[in-house]
Amino acid sequence: MPYRMVCLIKQVPDTRNITLNVLREDGTVNRQALPAIVNPDDLFALEMAAGIKDKYGGEITAMSMGPPMAIEVLKDALSRGADQAILLTDKKFAGADTLATSSLLEWAIRKYGEFDLIFCGRQAIDGDTAQVGPQVAEKLNIPQVTFAETIEYLNEDEIVIRRTIDNGYERIRGRLPLLITVTNTADHPRPPSIKRLMFWKKARTKNSVKSDQEQEMLSERGLLIPVWDLEEIGCSAEICGFAGSETWIKNVENVKLISRKPKLFDTSGQGIQNLINELVDDHII
Amino acid sequence: MNRKIMKNGVWVFIENDSGTIADVSFELLWKGRELADQLGSELACFIIGHQISAAAPELVAYGADKVYVADDSQLDCYLTLPYARIAVNLIKEFRPSILLIGATNIGRDLAPRIASHLRTGLTADCTDLQIGEYKFGKKTWKGILLQIRPAFGGNVIATIVTPETRPQMATVREGVFKKHLANSSRRGQVVQLNPVLTDQDMILKIVERVKAEKKVNLKSAKIIVSGGMGVGSKENYEIIHELAGVLGGQVGASRAAVDAGFIGREHQVGQTGTTVRPNLYLACGISGAIQHRAGIQESNRIVAINTDPHAPIFSIAQYGIIGDLNEVIPKMIKAYKNKD
Repeated sequence: MPYRMVCLIKQVPDTRNITLNVLREDGTVNRQALPAIVNPDDLFALEMAAGIKDKYGGEITAMSMGPPMAIEVLKDALSRGADQAILLTDKKFAGADTLATSSLLEWAIRKYGEFDLIFCGRQAIDGDTAQVGPQVAEKLNIPQVTFAETIEYLNEDEIVIRRTIDNGYERIRGRLPLLITVTNTADHPRPPSIKRLMFWKKARTKNSVKSDQEQEMLSERGLLIPVWDLEEIGCSAEICGFAGSETWIKNVENVKLISRKPKLFDTSGQGIQNLINELVDDHII
Repeated sequence: MNRKIMKNGVWVFIENDSGTIADVSFELLWKGRELADQLGSELACFIIGHQISAAAPELVAYGADKVYVADDSQLDCYLTLPYARIAVNLIKEFRPSILLIGATNIGRDLAPRIASHLRTGLTADCTDLQIGEYKFGKKTWKGILLQIRPAFGGNVIATIVTPETRPQMATVREGVFKKHLANSSRRGQVVQLNPVLTDQDMILKIVERVKAEKKVNLKSAKIIVSGGMGVGSKENYEIIHELAGVLGGQVGASRAAVDAGFIGREHQVGQTGTTVRPNLYLACGISGAIQHRAGIQESNRIVAINTDPHAPIFSIAQYGIIGDLNEVIPKMIKAYKNKD
């Protein structure tokens, strides 16, 4: 049975390797200087959806809420097997915490219509909260399976999922529709197909084309990525963006850490013996 | 100060596995007690499970004024929907001002579900909690929860507030706060609940649950040997295990090493993993991201081994060896065996 699947994707700054050239003089991070990437866990979510499509057929819709440049992560998703993509963008969506994000995503998914499965990555590397998936599931009033590793069984609307728990795993049986958050211990994401990559490279949103003519041409070739703004989605501005956020940032400070100058030992046998002896003398080991 | 907020108190979700209470819940009771005392309010907690009533006096001894117990055979193992249903009903009835939940896999599954239902703010993985005030425009909120957490991959520390909705919800990882001693002379009230669950709440079933004995205990380890990207591969991680084995320590890892699949997430040290306070922390091939250094800085002694003399890990270490861990570690093992 073919499945209708939605994969929620976030564009994030690559916070994993903060190098000196992205640090300002005062030690703060210049967000703009970091490369914008697809949130790593989201690729595992997309892979799980693509695996289901390979086996049973179906359709994957990639959805991303973000600024216009977030079209790039949708193109990436399309190159890895998503069938269509929708960009959720509006100035009013900016400054959203996880609650406001999930409210907007709920509306967008309801507008999308019937679905069997919604996939999210375990968590995003910029916020590390792992909250948006469960918050969306609650708003859609469907069950969730978080930290999923494998779909072990799927037949009609019956599903068995293996998920990680603290110090172990669990196998859960449930029924669709369902929201699943996927860990990076799941099947490794497939690379983008070169053919699809070349095709989707030319994709645009209607907001970024120069003329009606160009828009028509892109539309005919299926290269126009739909953009849903506040009006299109039809929800109140009160529930999204900063207005819909209940957590507010009071202040942000640089991390203050102890700064030491370590006593150095060389890599010779004697050097290392000296270190060990010092630790022994101090009753450390 | 808003009297309503004071009255309704601080609440803690008590996580348990067949009646055994998670350490993080005891840690949160201690922190919750401190916050409640500052606010002049009560500290309540709730525990959900099966045959768990015996745990209630212990929770009082650790600081709770009130313990709500939901005991039902259907609630034996954690399941999102029934647990969230019970929590939401309790909160709607008693309207706590603050709700604290451990940032375990269970807590991270449950907390957002509750916050989403109640349309309230939730801050994940707080590394500190304080009571303070917040000014925005002409408004001032007094006696609210300051939720302090690393943000942006651990590169900055943000203070988050939830001024307008209740409860103010936060999750905290195990080991961030300390577990204090119980006081068995404390008195408290135990309230048994009668949870009413629908078929819809029980739609997911656990087919199998495999839980290993907790092998990794970084929080209370005296010695931790951690590896980073410099270890190079999953296979080569054996050298870290070997050194930890010889020293009688636990094996840790940087976030990068975990993300690269060298070792399981339960070994992750740092603010995004476990905050540790060992007697000796040995960082092998770890560059020292801020969140990692912040999560080890209370160690008694830190030894760093890295080929890059400019690696930030050296700025927090008392002892350093600039060199290849593949060369250094075997020599360390030899030296340790030679010690007099």
